[in-house]
Amino acid sequence: MLDQSTGGYTTADGRKIGDVVMEMRGITLRFGGVEAIKDISFDVREGEIRAIIGPNGAGKSSMLNVISGFYHPQEGEVLYKGSKRPPMKPYQVARQGIARTFQNIALFEGMSVLDNVMTGRLNHMKTGFFAQGLWWGKAEAEETKNRAKAEEIIDFLEIQAIRKTPVGRLPYGLKKRVELARALAAEPQILLLDEPMAGMNVEEKEDMSRFILDVNDEFGTTIVLIEHDMGVVMDLSDRVVVMDYGKKIGDGTPDEVRNNQEVIDAYLGVSHD
Amino acid sequence: MPDQLIFAMEVILNGLLNGVMYSLVALGFVLIFKASGIFNYAQGVMALFAAMTLVGIQQGRVPFGHLINAIFGTDIHYFGWEVPALAAILMTVLIMIAFAYLVQRFVFKHLVGQEPIILFMATIGLAYFLEGVSDLMWGSEIRNLDVGLPQGINDWIDVTTFEALGYGFFIDNLDIAAAIIAAILVMSLIAYSQYTKNGRAMRAVADDHQAALSVGISLNYVWILVWSLAGMVALVAGVMWGSKSGVQFSLSLIALKALPVLMLGGFTSIPGAIVGGLIIGVGEALFEFAIGPMIGGATENWFAYVLALVFLVFRPQGLFGEKIIERV
Repeated sequence: MLDQSTGGYTTADGRKIGDVVMEMRGITLRFGGVEAIKDISFDVREGEIRAIIGPNGAGKSSMLNVISGFYHPQEGEVLYKGSKRPPMKPYQVARQGIARTFQNIALFEGMSVLDNVMTGRLNHMKTGFFAQGLWWGKAEAEETKNRAKAEEIIDFLEIQAIRKTPVGRLPYGLKKRVELARALAAEPQILLLDEPMAGMNVEEKEDMSRFILDVNDEFGTTIVLIEHDMGVVMDLSDRVVVMDYGKKIGDGTPDEVRNNQEVIDAYLGVSHD
Repeated sequence: MPDQLIFAMEVILNGLLNGVMYSLVALGFVLIFKASGIFNYAQGVMALFAAMTLVGIQQGRVPFGHLINAIFGTDIHYFGWEVPALAAILMTVLIMIAFAYLVQRFVFKHLVGQEPIILFMATIGLAYFLEGVSDLMWGSEIRNLDVGLPQGINDWIDVTTFEALGYGFFIDNLDIAAAIIAAILVMSLIAYSQYTKNGRAMRAVADDHQAALSVGISLNYVWILVWSLAGMVALVAGVMWGSKSGVQFSLSLIALKALPVLMLGGFTSIPGAIVGGLIIGVGEALFEFAIGPMIGGATENWFAYVLALVFLVFRPQGLFGEKIIERV
């Protein structure tokens, strides 16, 4: 199935996966004396759903934070669209087309769902602030366009009913979905999801999985996600990186990873000698 | 109509217009608090500094004149030109923006993620620093500020009310101008924060830093923006107060009157700052009018604080403040 020579591959369900869009090379991240990530390399291809899994404290979230610019690794480099990415601030990374969600939900609690989604469109607004404040000429057309996009995403994620509700009042599961909506509103090339299913019940998990697959299918968004729930990850993703104690212990399709002895050990804690 | 009622009406009107002046100062506090969670103790001094700078530029004074003369033994005080009001206001705005940049660059950039109390302490330091700078830069004498705003009794109101009620109301033109300017200011601030990209970014930063970064907002940029806006509001407040009672160092103390206004209106609400200011203005004027004479007068000095205290007991978030919801 994997065909590295031509640059892409076709998945079992017939989706075409393109070239490498992002590559991590020898990433090492230290906090004082603790090595959170040890010399990890992997790539992400255009249009695929790439999962990073591992037990608690394996360094998954740190990895995601390296990609989104919240952490800067001491060694190694991040290649984005073929060129080396200089150390960047998180907002610069976001402007390059990499959107993310957070493990502990970071939403604008005081704003309505619609306003939250609209903040995702901020980098698509170009008109001057006088025109925007006066709702004038091009600004009006631009706002209408951005608003239409926001509504489209709200429809897509089936949160029309709560459009005007302040986010602070929503239950956990819906907040997760609003966060996804805000990230999607930016029309990202790469979408980073930090434990999108954490703390959800079975039904909510199924909904979220469906949305993730739909997003990938409909918008062709490349998705990198971190997840605990092995079952979900295996069903969802095209390729999986497995981390344990900051090291990469496996990389491949879900089936390959499932049969990897090291991975089984890490998850089941079997001593293997 | 009985005389007492007519007097009361005049008192209420003047109270309302006075309240507008309080609101102007309170607005600056609300802006910074909303966007960065910092209670900016220096807001009053910023108003003083803005007004001092405006007068200085208008009169063509040499900044740091005393310092230069002391060091070089020269005797220069004026450049010898006068700058028209509008140009001077524009230059002052630029200086307030530069001030915002410097504050962010040298103070608050290094305090990102610190406790609110530490940021508050930093603004106290900033207040005294800025007071010293204004003194060094422009001297400490009381200055008259005249940017061409109408002053004195409004004849039209005087005559009309005299014909209608047999008693002419005394309303100062300057107070009316202040009310109009405050209305314009509030409307543009609301339009700005609700409809523009930067306004949205500002609200986003106020709400959650991490989330703001993740949608591509630069915290640094937004904070400079917020401090610039607060500087401009300080300029407006400084011009209004300065025109009324001269530009002097006691101007920085009017900031204290903004505290009860904020407690009433809520620290996070722009309309709240306006309504709070009006309530305080009318409340203290009426109280002085009705009860003052019985207890020896000068109740304006403390009435606002007592009112705010009573308010705090029943509605700690203020009239328009965000409701404090605790989810467990």
